Amino acid sequence: MPTADNEQVIDYSKYPDERGHFGRFGGLFVAETLMEPLQELREAYEKYSQDEDFLKEFDADLKHYVGRPSPVYFAERLSGKVGGAQIWLKREDLNHTGAHKVNNTIGQALLARRMGKTRIIAETGAGQHGVASATVAARLGLECVVYMGEEDIKRQTANVYRMKLLGAEVVPVTSGSKTLKDALNEAMRDWVTNIDDTFYIIGTVAGPHPYPAIVRDFQSIIGREARDQMLEAAGRLPDALVACVGGGSNAIGLFHEFLNDKEIEIYGVEGGGYGIETGRHAAPLTAGKSGVLHGNRTYLMSDDDGQIIETHCISAGLDYPGVGPEHAWLKETGRANYSSVTDEEALQAFHELTRIEGIIPALESSHALAYATKLAAQKSPDDIILVNLSGRGDKDIHTVAELEGIKV
Amino acid sequence: MSRISKTFELLKQQNKKALIPFVTAGDPQPGFTVPLMHDMVSAGASIIELGVPFSDPMADGPVIQAADERALEHHVSLSDVIAMVKAFREGDENTPVVLMGYLNPIEIMGYQRFAELSADAGIDGVLIVDMPPEEATEFTALMTQHEINTIFLISPTTSAGRIEKINKYASGYLYYVSLKGVTGANTLDIDSVTEKLQQIRAITGLPVGVGFGIKDGETAQAVSRVADAVVVGSALVNQVAEHQNNQQIMNKKVSDVLSDMRNMMDDLA
Ligand SMILES: Cc1ncc(COP(=O)(O)O)c(C=O)c1O
Repeated sequence: MPTADNEQVIDYSKYPDERGHFGRFGGLFVAETLMEPLQELREAYEKYSQDEDFLKEFDADLKHYVGRPSPVYFAERLSGKVGGAQIWLKREDLNHTGAHKVNNTIGQALLARRMGKTRIIAETGAGQHGVASATVAARLGLECVVYMGEEDIKRQTANVYRMKLLGAEVVPVTSGSKTLKDALNEAMRDWVTNIDDTFYIIGTVAGPHPYPAIVRDFQSIIGREARDQMLEAAGRLPDALVACVGGGSNAIGLFHEFLNDKEIEIYGVEGGGYGIETGRHAAPLTAGKSGVLHGNRTYLMSDDDGQIIETHCISAGLDYPGVGPEHAWLKETGRANYSSVTDEEALQAFHELTRIEGIIPALESSHALAYATKLAAQKSPDDIILVNLSGRGDKDIHTVAELEGIKV
Repeated sequence: MSRISKTFELLKQQNKKALIPFVTAGDPQPGFTVPLMHDMVSAGASIIELGVPFSDPMADGPVIQAADERALEHHVSLSDVIAMVKAFREGDENTPVVLMGYLNPIEIMGYQRFAELSADAGIDGVLIVDMPPEEATEFTALMTQHEINTIFLISPTTSAGRIEKINKYASGYLYYVSLKGVTGANTLDIDSVTEKLQQIRAITGLPVGVGFGIKDGETAQAVSRVADAVVVGSALVNQVAEHQNNQQIMNKKVSDVLSDMRNMMDDLA
């Protein structure tokens, strides 16, 4: 177990190590054919992440194409209703394409182009990462293939159509549980077959090294902006950060900048589905165990035989049995706290924010909101909680309407 | 000397190449596997690779994915697979058996326990598809202690530098994956295989097997001209799938594919 002492000495900005380890998590667990391509990617990323031209291009795209910086917003009425700490929102929902995912796809697509790759592939659950990938592919004139579980295609029809409009091919995945994890398997299979011309844009901080580090770095713009914005708007840093955790990219994007500010509390919120006690959830950090999947060692939902179990969560973007290895490590060091909220609690938060702030949040982000309101209730009005509002809820209105028996 | 090394020694004396069939353990039913293993030996198998079913076989094509799903319908676990090898050993003390699969079931069982159970069951080698040597230090040491060979893959993308590294961790034999892709793909280019094998042999003294894309007597023969061992998987698993409802026919069809390969390979000798 971590001690207060070893927590003091960890410099969180220095991880992963050169082989991609965050403590005992992370690493590189892939078939041999992918080892050289991953080495190539590592070298390219090392080069371009120091390259001024590349960084300038990335920043310019974030500003003019995505619309960054995304604002921080004090949700005054929500805070008043909860009657505790101030709840502030980092508005990633206002990004082009409606979620934080685009920060990463722009970075990786620019990298793909510099590496001379002409075809990009991606996996998607909610469809947000697929849309963000198809969007940058359209803009850069790259071929784009998106793998999506058959189940997810059914619950995210609007996003499937958006991807097609953008010129991407959406390939239904019918193996296994037909959801995000299977889409990732299929994307890996495509990549191993087409490594010469293909760049695999992973949508979250999972996968083999260097993906968890690359995606984190591209998403860390969220936390860097938030630091400046909070200092300007509130005159100080927040007391606590809250974000939902699927694979963990929006969460690490907000958290990473603040990991060495040890006085700031950090909370990751997983999909609790029908409730942890039912076993039907998507909360590997809360209720899973350490294992190896999709190229890294992390917390997973797997049974006693080591088979990956099906997850349940109202929001497709959180419906993943693994989690980025950096989160697994932050859990073990004690730097971040992880818990879950149920589908029902998330839905309640969805309605609440919509009705009293006029912001329709993504169901993923609604998980973070639900937790933040609980946390706020225990704190004083002087405390500031910053929630990552990772995406907007337009894509979810069919899901919500259907649950309420309404046909849209 | 390990059972695997002995097998290669013996084949060499007979001027023959090894034939290594792969089937998924517990496919289509747990009870079918041990009899099938014995039949494969009769049909000319030199070593058996037994797939450990996994829910997320990322490096496998549709044929072996479906095999894993059939086995998992019967909840075939790693412990069950080890028990199958133990049962096989009661009737066969000579044919080496290699487990092939993904890391997570072994992580969850624990390396130590896996090593002990495998040694006790008479398992001779382990090939973990998603565990490159970089992550295999502790595991390889433990296997070596229990006299179990660790087999690693080499692919068309593997550089000479990496072949050297892999060679340091490998024992028993090396497995050259003949093409970029997943299992079940069907375009094997014998010239490029020949070229790569020369590069591999310059570095290692271990026998080198070739797999991926071997589907009939002809491809087996072509590969056995240049390799020490021919690995065949999807072509057999296809037969298992097609005849899953009739064990007798299934075993015969699998055996037919193998004996055809054996004959064509031995014709060379
Ligand atoms: C709006 C939104 N938030 C969160 C997530 C979860 O992903 P991650 O945990 O990587 O941020 C998704 C995934 O699709 C999403 O669309």
